[in-house]
Amino acid sequence: MIRGVKGSLLAAVSLALVSCAATGGEAKSAGDAPAAPAAKPAKFEKDPYPSTYKGYPTRLTVVKGVTIFDGEGGRIDNGAIVMSSGKVDRIGGPDMELPTDADVIDGTGKFLTPGVIDIHSHLGDYPSPSVDAHSDGNEATSPTTPEVWSEHSVWPQDPGFSRALANGGVTALQILPGSANLMGGRSITLKNVPSRTVQGMKFPGAPYGLKMACGENPKRVYGGKGRMPSTRMGNFAVNRATWAKAVAYKKKKMDDGKAVDRDLAMETLAGVLAGEIIVHNHCYRADEMALVIDMSKEFGYKVSTFHHAVESYKIADLLAKEGICSAMWADWWGFKMEAYDSVPENIPLVYNAGACTIVHSDDANQIQRLNQEAAKARAAGRRIGIDVSDEQAWTWLSYNPAKALGIADQTGSLKPGKMADVVLWNGNPFSAYTRPEKVWIDGALMFDAMDPKRRPVSDFELGQPGEGDVK
Amino acid sequence: MIRSLLLSAAALVALPAAAQDVAIVNAKLVIGDGSAPIEGGTVVVRGGKIVASGAGVAVPAGIERVDAQGKYVTPGIVAAFSRVGLTEVDAVSGTNDRSATRSRFSAGLDIAPALNPMGSPVAVNRASGVTRAIVAPQSSSNLFAGQGAVVDLADDMEMVTKPRALQYVAFGEDGSAKAGGSRAATFLLFREQLLAARSYARNPATLAEWGNDAMIQRADADALVRVIDGTTPLFVRVDRAADIVNVLKLKGEFPALKLVLVGVTEGWLVARELAAAKVPVLVSPLTDLPSSFEQLGATQSNAGRLKAAGVDVAVGVFDDDDAHKMGYATQYAGNLVGLTRLPGASGLSWDQAFASISSAPARAVGMEGSIGSLRPGRAGDVVIWDNDPLELGSRPTAIWIDGKAQSLTTRQDRLRNRYRTPQEGALPKAYDR
Repeated sequence: MIRGVKGSLLAAVSLALVSCAATGGEAKSAGDAPAAPAAKPAKFEKDPYPSTYKGYPTRLTVVKGVTIFDGEGGRIDNGAIVMSSGKVDRIGGPDMELPTDADVIDGTGKFLTPGVIDIHSHLGDYPSPSVDAHSDGNEATSPTTPEVWSEHSVWPQDPGFSRALANGGVTALQILPGSANLMGGRSITLKNVPSRTVQGMKFPGAPYGLKMACGENPKRVYGGKGRMPSTRMGNFAVNRATWAKAVAYKKKKMDDGKAVDRDLAMETLAGVLAGEIIVHNHCYRADEMALVIDMSKEFGYKVSTFHHAVESYKIADLLAKEGICSAMWADWWGFKMEAYDSVPENIPLVYNAGACTIVHSDDANQIQRLNQEAAKARAAGRRIGIDVSDEQAWTWLSYNPAKALGIADQTGSLKPGKMADVVLWNGNPFSAYTRPEKVWIDGALMFDAMDPKRRPVSDFELGQPGEGDVK
Repeated sequence: MIRSLLLSAAALVALPAAAQDVAIVNAKLVIGDGSAPIEGGTVVVRGGKIVASGAGVAVPAGIERVDAQGKYVTPGIVAAFSRVGLTEVDAVSGTNDRSATRSRFSAGLDIAPALNPMGSPVAVNRASGVTRAIVAPQSSSNLFAGQGAVVDLADDMEMVTKPRALQYVAFGEDGSAKAGGSRAATFLLFREQLLAARSYARNPATLAEWGNDAMIQRADADALVRVIDGTTPLFVRVDRAADIVNVLKLKGEFPALKLVLVGVTEGWLVARELAAAKVPVLVSPLTDLPSSFEQLGATQSNAGRLKAAGVDVAVGVFDDDDAHKMGYATQYAGNLVGLTRLPGASGLSWDQAFASISSAPARAVGMEGSIGSLRPGRAGDVVIWDNDPLELGSRPTAIWIDGKAQSLTTRQDRLRNRYRTPQEGALPKAYDR
């Protein structure tokens, strides 16, 4: 409705679904190693569209005199970082020894954090301009389409990627299929670098995800077409029937080692059951999340993350017990019935219960200020006595999403040896007055507010009004 | 003290609040007209209106005195372009009165009876510091969407401050879709409907003569006559630079039109023309994506560049959520302040940024004399904040609208209290109140 399309919010309401969905499940390791559990010998290529991403040229770089949030809850005042060959070499206090041949940046009065990781984006699949020809995020022709892969829809020229980089300090993001379908397809995790191809953006070694969706969207879309599901019980019935089939397929192929015909849908679901593919489940209501948890146990998979999760605060104890993350907005509400019970304290209440807490966007605009969303949520928590420090709140923006995506061994915090995915902010990033000054991805300076040449311009923007402008 | 104030405000909920005479002292006082905050300021509200504000203002004897303890005290936020009160849950159609796309009427539609002051968005927006809103209908079956209103967000049953305060029409791509498929059709339909209304005004019998061939209904003509003569400001959604220039030209044929432009994404490309036309603009300031081909030049520096060119800029929250999250106005204004620190970008000073969400929208809708600032004579809409109001997470600790203390409690607060600890107690959660 409305014009702009800006908000996937309203867009989601009207068209349905459009974005808003994500399912999540994390297969196994939340944090370490993208590791592929031992599946029996695969008869076909598991990575037929391999990443071609390589880091861009780096320079030995030091930022000193800067306040550091390390992404895992640590803070260093008057700190320093050394970035070398694309990695975090070390971080420390004012006494840490620094190389003498490095580019040195004075970070006085500034803040340094791991890059923001958005676990829920549709950039590339629902790019700008949002014309019909670009509407590639929902294969809304069947309620279960685990065979589709969101990477096959990503348009690398979406100008939204550069906005997320320059205004939001986003260095990695997960592109999910939309939420029209119960099983929307595979997600893909990208490095937020400009590239001619999606393969050039794919995060090396990141596990695939499966997007699932509860609630209003699937039943509305398919009920509206006069087919199943048209109710929440229909949602579950279709899901269960599909999982039952997947369990049989997986047993035959992986456990019994029998020859099976290729079935792209079943390959994805078998990958989930084998713990290789992570489940990201769009789900708003608490009662539905609890049912999904039981369904996952019924068929033997794990949900990594409930996305949107506006009612996680009602079952934060259950989510903590089950080890399931919630990826949330700070304050979106009221755009549809299942978003009616949203509260601004959702994020801090989930955090306070000891459950995994993530701030997500699902939106080409809010991805540009996830730090501000975290700040609002933190303030809401403080008003009810939940005091979260700056450095703790940053875990919502980098380390926790990295864990839920299975890439926390590589990025999401500033530990030595990890990818130098780093943002230098021109002030405290929890202030409305602060913006990224520099963003490094794998140690390469990909955005510099002080240098117009370090500002990506997509093919689409070339030769258009405002090309290369501040955005 | 702030806490007790908050409690007392909450206690008033059940009672029909009466206008109080109150003096708020020891304030970091923001008048809202673009002037700098005044330390140790005082604002005096009597009979529902501001009677004095500034430094060294005497507190009249015998009236309630509230010590703001050095906190920010500001006029309430004026939502510059919104649908607050017109919808509860957008996707639940029975609660959503934004649009009337199957009505036979258009310009004559008047949102006033559709407003729901009891809706939870009113309370949620109020609790974020919004005390007034410019509310426009979204669309009809025809080109003109209908008549909007200026409303208050007080906790009472009368929401309308000024009915029929604006007429709304979208040009650009949305207008084309309504008018028959092209911008040419939009401009012609616009012109023909206004001319028909003018003929009707000169000779009401003409409508009957036209019969079924009439371009508009009588009620629509009545409304458009007030647009032609400048009684009702015409809010025009327009984004593409060329469309903006063409809309400004409408004043050539209809010189009394009181234009207010909404959106204006590419306004910075024609800032001089906008300034020369002295037409105020309402922008959603963080729009920076080429979401459509009429927004290719989108940049967050739009507001700053327009302001620098001498355009009267008000900042609103629309295009993302225009009904539930009007409190984003302060965040957006704060972002504009942040842009002043970014090389090459244009933003607003803090004082300008605050004015862009208080007095500027009031001025755009022709009500600068009655709302939107703490200057004497304006409505007694006053907010005490816990922190810098343009900073993230700052919240009001007390609000008066027309001099009446307001509840800050929302349905969301009740839900949050119920689940502050998620475990069930001796009885199910349903008994927690």
